[in-house]
Amino acid sequence: MSGAVLDVKDFSMIFGGLRAVDHVSMCIDEGEIAALIGPNGAGKTTLFNCVTGVYTPSKGDIRVRNSGGEFTRINGMKPNRITELGLARTFQNIRLFSTMTALENVMIGRHSKLKSGILGAVFRGRRTRAEEHRVIEDSLEFLAKLGLEDCANEPAGALPYGDQRRLEIARAMACEPALLLLDEPAAGMNPRETEELKKTIMTIRDNEGITILLIEHDMSLVMSLAERIYVLDYGRMIAEGRPHEVKANPGVIKAYLGE
Amino acid sequence: MDRIIKSIQKSALTALWFMLLTFPIMVIKFNPINQNLRWRWMNLLYTGLGSFVLSSLWRFFLQRRAEAGSRAARAEDEGSRRKSGMLFLTREALKQRKIALRVFSGIAIAVIAFPFLVNSYQVTIITSALIFVILGLGLNIVIGYGGLLHLGYAAFYAAGAYNYGLLYLYTGMGFWTALPLGALSGMVFGLLIGFPVLRLRGDYLAIVTLALGQIVRLLLENLSGFTKGPEGIAQIPRPKFFTALSYGGATIYLYFIVLAGVILTIFVIRRIEDSRIGRALEAMRDDEIAAQAMGIDLTRAKLITFSMGALWAGLAGVFLAGKTAYINPGSFTLLESVMILVAVVLGGTGSIPGVVLGALLVTLIPEYFRALSDYRMLMFGAALVLMPIFRPQGIIPRVRRRCRVSGEGRR
Repeated sequence: MSGAVLDVKDFSMIFGGLRAVDHVSMCIDEGEIAALIGPNGAGKTTLFNCVTGVYTPSKGDIRVRNSGGEFTRINGMKPNRITELGLARTFQNIRLFSTMTALENVMIGRHSKLKSGILGAVFRGRRTRAEEHRVIEDSLEFLAKLGLEDCANEPAGALPYGDQRRLEIARAMACEPALLLLDEPAAGMNPRETEELKKTIMTIRDNEGITILLIEHDMSLVMSLAERIYVLDYGRMIAEGRPHEVKANPGVIKAYLGE
Repeated sequence: MDRIIKSIQKSALTALWFMLLTFPIMVIKFNPINQNLRWRWMNLLYTGLGSFVLSSLWRFFLQRRAEAGSRAARAEDEGSRRKSGMLFLTREALKQRKIALRVFSGIAIAVIAFPFLVNSYQVTIITSALIFVILGLGLNIVIGYGGLLHLGYAAFYAAGAYNYGLLYLYTGMGFWTALPLGALSGMVFGLLIGFPVLRLRGDYLAIVTLALGQIVRLLLENLSGFTKGPEGIAQIPRPKFFTALSYGGATIYLYFIVLAGVILTIFVIRRIEDSRIGRALEAMRDDEIAAQAMGIDLTRAKLITFSMGALWAGLAGVFLAGKTAYINPGSFTLLESVMILVAVVLGGTGSIPGVVLGALLVTLIPEYFRALSDYRMLMFGAALVLMPIFRPQGIIPRVRRRCRVSGEGRR
């Protein structure tokens, strides 16, 4: 547990006249489970989208620690480059490759870890075959970690909702990220599924050593899971701290419940 | 019973409506010589009967489809619907080594013996169909895997054909040197087109590629100093087999060359489909944002899609120039692009056997039913309207590869 993996400094995102995120700074330490909460429209997903390269931030610095231990500024970098640096995400509205099988979805997650190109594919030499063999094994392993090994050959779009959410996590884990960003992983899940998800997230952190930042509306999940909580409201960071500190913060109570 | 009466009522109403609509053109005829009107009341009857029958059939098939759909839903197991029917049984049969071996060797013998059993005319027709198969497979990369709607595919076809034509015209180059260059020029052309349309998707991409196909054809027509314009390039040499062959010999020879081209295309595309690159293209088709978030370089993936798709069109273009010995811009119209698209969609987007069948159908049906050639467009139109309703996945839909999960996880 040493040092930050993601460092956001004085970051703003402006859409036309709307300040979606306004001078926000946050710092995610290695090995922690952090949560980003806030009322609807507070700018949580916008922050995610900027960190993962979907949008280019208007102002500020977003820096990610790469495998060499140095920080790389990722403002305006393409999403696929950021993924290669060790960030992976899931989406709020599930974005699986729905016509492909669950296994193939996870295999896509392995994309940046593989090398074979067109010529390799056409001639299919020993290296390519070995690589393909390994990617299937690895992907099955990732599926098994999320308990999805039985539906490896099902088309992703045909899976039940909860399985689709978990498949998204499996796919993101296949990128072998240092930091995993989960955008409302428990949305639409029943209490039992949420409980299982909680255990899964804990296991991912404990066994794989992956740092986790999640956006979530389910407060009981956030309070029992997160070690540090950031609260956004109208694009501004109104609180930051341990769960009990945030729970007692008058600003947070006001943002959620009104005056 | 009640339903049948209702459906008859509806069909009768449709028929009445059609009779009314077509009354002025079907019934009244003005004879300009005698300056009088003829009333062809029998036509009214025919229109009514025809539209009644068609409307009933339409209703019947829609009904059946809805019933089949709800039955499958009730059975919970979507597979049960697929587990009957010709296609499924054929596939199951082909899974057995012995049967597959027999079927494929049978096809191989038929395909090899074919040109020696029939006259050159038949061989030429089949050769054209095979060229079309290559085009269909190439476009299938762009549409089936990459998910990019491309309506100017004939432009790449033209690039290949004119590549050979012009190289022959100015440098006297032969078929075999032009063949790889044609494929290469298709690919380069695909890249050139790929760059400006990188950001486009869906309808916008379709419009731009549509315009592109027209631009290329118009350029070929109007740069008459260089391309010889609408009159085209004539007397392009057919491929030589050490020495020039007789007409019949050259036809058979070309048949085998194109056949080899088809086999090569299928081989390469199958391998790409089942690889890291192929998966990346399909991921891009399903969801661009998620694909990018998973580390796929969209720029690269799109350029690969366009260049790999165009490569085969370039190859097919050289085959065409070698076969007909004459090319002009008229062979690369929008209609050509649309026909290739029809072949892909009809056969089964993304499915190699489907596209092969689709391309063969689209080229061979008009050839062998010359008597019906007036109705060709009508038939294709009808097919394009009916297919998405009754069989949106194509005649032979794509089957996804499955992995054995237990054991060592081998394919």
